[in-house]
Amino acid sequence: MITTLPEAEALYAKLLEQLRPRVRPETAMVGIYTGGVWLAERLHADLDLRVPLGAIDISFYRDDFHQSGLKQDIKRSHIPFEVNDRHILLVDDVLYTGRTVRGAMNELFDYGRPASIELVGLVDRGGRGLPTSAQYVGETTEGPAGPMLVLDRDASGRLSLRYDDERAQ
Amino acid sequence: MKMRNPQLNENGELQHLLTIEGLPREVLTHILDTASSFVGVTEREVKKVPLLRGKSVFNLFFENSTRTRTTFEIAAKRLSADVINLNINTSSTNKGETLLDTVDNLTAMHADMFVVRHAQSGAAHLIAQHVPKHVHVINAGDGRHAHPTQGLLDAYTIRHYKKDFTALSVAIVGDVLHSRVARSLIHALTTLGTPDLRVIGPQTLLPTGVEKLGVRVFHDMNAGLRDVDVVVMLRLQNERMRGPLLPSAQEYFKYYGLTPEKLALAKPDAIVMHPGPMNRGVEIDSAVADGEQAVILPQVTFGIAVRMAVMSILAGN
Repeated sequence: MITTLPEAEALYAKLLEQLRPRVRPETAMVGIYTGGVWLAERLHADLDLRVPLGAIDISFYRDDFHQSGLKQDIKRSHIPFEVNDRHILLVDDVLYTGRTVRGAMNELFDYGRPASIELVGLVDRGGRGLPTSAQYVGETTEGPAGPMLVLDRDASGRLSLRYDDERAQ
Repeated sequence: MKMRNPQLNENGELQHLLTIEGLPREVLTHILDTASSFVGVTEREVKKVPLLRGKSVFNLFFENSTRTRTTFEIAAKRLSADVINLNINTSSTNKGETLLDTVDNLTAMHADMFVVRHAQSGAAHLIAQHVPKHVHVINAGDGRHAHPTQGLLDAYTIRHYKKDFTALSVAIVGDVLHSRVARSLIHALTTLGTPDLRVIGPQTLLPTGVEKLGVRVFHDMNAGLRDVDVVVMLRLQNERMRGPLLPSAQEYFKYYGLTPEKLALAKPDAIVMHPGPMNRGVEIDSAVADGEQAVILPQVTFGIAVRMAVMSILAGN
């Protein structure tokens, strides 16, 4: 198994510095549950964004619903701002096949028609199956193809990454 | 060997929703949690999600209903399903077709889900045992037996306002004997851990042995309503008033109608629920039905989200 895991806090710092010169006061941010929301909460505070933070759970937009069914513990999506004509930063923890991003974009468009959506990810692990790409990433890494790369958050709010062998992606 | 619950598939997942009786707490909680996420969907600009795109839901109503049929239809449409409504009273059964022949024909039209209301207890069970594996059945009320989505939306409403079932006193008032709503709610609340569940009504309108369901029996509103958190009023069906079980509607209202004075015996923040349709001046006073403690219309709205949750969980299993 791979031994060199990216250090999540270092990637977060890199991501923050990439975003800092690019955001404007009217920039909106939406995190994708669960890891993407943790990340978005930190970024939203550190970038001092004025528009309240949005959060979405894409369970109702998954393209594998008819194979996998509904998961337990679905969160309620909440977009506390007008989506129409807004520039939105969409935040996820680990970017992989692109299916989650597709679901998230479909969901966002059911709230309105944004002016633009840019994708933010802590890690891009390649393996894209759909034509999506991120504008801001902490690091691009080609890890092992099988196990899922998972973001954790401890009680102090510190982020870390690990490979979950139980959950193949 | 323990017989498998006919509602669950071999993995213990919900395949049909026929009755709340016997369903594990986790299944009920999963439905209520999922419903909560769907409430968010119903509050936004586009109130639709694509989960049931390409699926056909048949509303098979052998008995009249406005609220239940309409909310099932809205729920299915918000899940992007195609919905076909059949009022069978006016259709093939009048020409002599059997229930299962009707179902077979609709299955041949590629039905994916049946929502069934029928005057006979067990009708939805019969259909569930008959349909192919990929078809799901939801009981929308069968005789006096069960009305599980109503029980679930009642439980959802209680949880919305009172948060936690494990410290609640709930009184169900009226014609429990003929009420599938009462039976489903009793099963839901006992499974979810409600410690104090009461039924209040005249002897003639309470089923014998109702205590075995885990409820306390009261014949006097003044005793039964004392310090409860939730009052659930049941509809007194018109035909009962003319039968031998009750003297008159006026007499019933005097003893069992919910007035502001009787409601004052409950906790000050108690909520009042009613599955509808209401008989004002029979089981409930207008001052209560339209009062601040009534959550009767939110029940209807939550009913859509609960039915979306049930349909999407079944379709995914």
